[in-house]
Amino acid sequence: MSEYLLTKQQLMVKELTHKIAEEQIKPIAAEIDEKEIFPRESIDVLARAGILGCPYPEELGGSGMDFLSFVLAIEEIAKVCGSTASIVCTHAGVSMYCIELFGTKEQKERYMPLMAQGHLMGFALTEANAGSDSSGMLTTAVKDGSNYIINGAKMFISSAPANDFNIVVAVTGKNAKGRPEFTAFIIDKDTPGFSVGKPVNKLGIRGSLTAELIFEDCVVSETQVLGTIGKGMKVALASLDAGRICMGTQALGIAQGAIDETIQYVNERVQFRKRISQFQNTQFTLADLQTKVDAGRMLLWRAAKLKDMGKPFGTEAAMGKLYNSDLAMETTVKCLQFFGGYGYTKEYPIERMLRDAKITQIYEGTNEIQKMVIGRAVGLN
Amino acid sequence: MRIFVCVKQVPDTSGKVAVNDNGTLNRASMSTIINPDDMNAVEAALHLKDETGCQVTAVTMGPPPAEEMLRELFAMGVDDGILITAREFGGSDTFATSQIIAAAISHAGLEEEDLIFCGRQAIDGDTAQVGPQIAEKLNIPQVTYAAQIDKNGRDIIVKRMLEDGYYMIEVQTPCLITCIGELNVPRYQTVVGIRHCYEKNVVIYDFEALKAEPLIEPDTIGLKGSPTNIFKSFTPPQKGKVEMLSGADKNTTNLLVEKLRNRHVI
Repeated sequence: MSEYLLTKQQLMVKELTHKIAEEQIKPIAAEIDEKEIFPRESIDVLARAGILGCPYPEELGGSGMDFLSFVLAIEEIAKVCGSTASIVCTHAGVSMYCIELFGTKEQKERYMPLMAQGHLMGFALTEANAGSDSSGMLTTAVKDGSNYIINGAKMFISSAPANDFNIVVAVTGKNAKGRPEFTAFIIDKDTPGFSVGKPVNKLGIRGSLTAELIFEDCVVSETQVLGTIGKGMKVALASLDAGRICMGTQALGIAQGAIDETIQYVNERVQFRKRISQFQNTQFTLADLQTKVDAGRMLLWRAAKLKDMGKPFGTEAAMGKLYNSDLAMETTVKCLQFFGGYGYTKEYPIERMLRDAKITQIYEGTNEIQKMVIGRAVGLN
Repeated sequence: MRIFVCVKQVPDTSGKVAVNDNGTLNRASMSTIINPDDMNAVEAALHLKDETGCQVTAVTMGPPPAEEMLRELFAMGVDDGILITAREFGGSDTFATSQIIAAAISHAGLEEEDLIFCGRQAIDGDTAQVGPQIAEKLNIPQVTYAAQIDKNGRDIIVKRMLEDGYYMIEVQTPCLITCIGELNVPRYQTVVGIRHCYEKNVVIYDFEALKAEPLIEPDTIGLKGSPTNIFKSFTPPQKGKVEMLSGADKNTTNLLVEKLRNRHVI
């Protein structure tokens, strides 16, 4: 029972989130997926309960708990709804973390309490021709007095239509070697010259509306620079480390949720006059999967714990994300098989879980990028 | 102004029921939940706290682990707790229990502006007697089955639900109100509440603390002071499991046929 590894209060956060997930998030999970509805009310409930602000200081509107508690909360959400978990991960795991880490005192005091209350902030790095390779970035920010004028477009931005603010990384110059230099900005949604495109039609996490951000002579004050001018990539890379723990946990939750649904199904479904839970194939497969999921959970708890201790955790986060996202795919594919034809229908949540799992191998750095990160850390050069 | 909320840890009825040799429930060996109606009383108190900034104190009688339940309520916003626990109080029926809780509230000090909220009834005994008896023993007015509570100074207006209608009752503090599920939806805990829940104060009232109270006599508390005695407790035998299929389409029919075939009915 890995619960014994947790403090009473960490367990209470897990139980609280479990209750909210079961009562508020699970009942609408299929509908928000099918109709591509942003789960605004669920996000508000999570905000009021202090789950969005879970690992951030109380004086900035957060709840002052540790990151491991936040990880426990994400798993509970992801067990029932990948879309909602994805929204929470991007906003509270990536963007809030960036503001806490790189924001000025004024920026933190302005944005953190609002974000804890559910005013969402997106994170915009990816472009049409700059995915894993950010050197292809074309969005520019040109200095104009005490302002910057931003032009370009950002692709695949999570929760874009619902975000009140976005962290946007743009090219602000070139270094001595002729390589582009990047700077991060915080951009409010009503800034003139800023607009949001139509949500893209996706395979999974369909309740998390994903769209393009468009900048046409978008003027932002230099007070909106996040971190140091020319060091925008530092902001992006730091955000990815925390984000990978979160997205890895999203994958973990999807896998655990799939196993939970499958156990319920195989304990009831009868074929050849036996419950299918009585077949050794069922027992061995689910035993293997649960063992792997438990191992995956420990990788993520390790990364979260290191983060809470103020130690480097980037490699461990990459391992947690790599392992759990591959595992989420393996688990959902194998679990769906137990449902047979029913699993292929939308009558059961397992097909949604399979679709939601796939993105976890792609975003927050593809798994190939995770392997490059881990490869460097083990000493390959 | 202070609101005392009486709460009870009850057996989780989805689990198994364990019974002692004397016929009473073996509560220690059963998993527990907070009595659902009591959660409505807690929410009613917290709602008034939001409006008035008053103090909310949870009161419970039970074995020492009941302290964990009080911590759970602190995470929702309850300010402090009173845990009444002593061997001498064990085995109390509703008469003895209300005697002891009334003594505890008296001991804590019930002021003119104060309120006592209880759940309508507990899901283990289903008597709905403890709340009203506490009011009688404290000699204060009571309103049961509250579906709405409005406060205006010392005047409290309660909508009292009955099966075929409702009363609007005006009552003055101090008074006791029992709450029903229709009154509200209990709020969730908050993570900040969870973080601070072990910093809040639980006062333990044992026999020593309460023995000087006039309501506490050897023949009014515990198993000896209980006029009702439980003859037998048991888990009723399980009836067959019912599975409802919904829908009037071909799929549902096929599913029904398959289920009947699996059981060799057809």
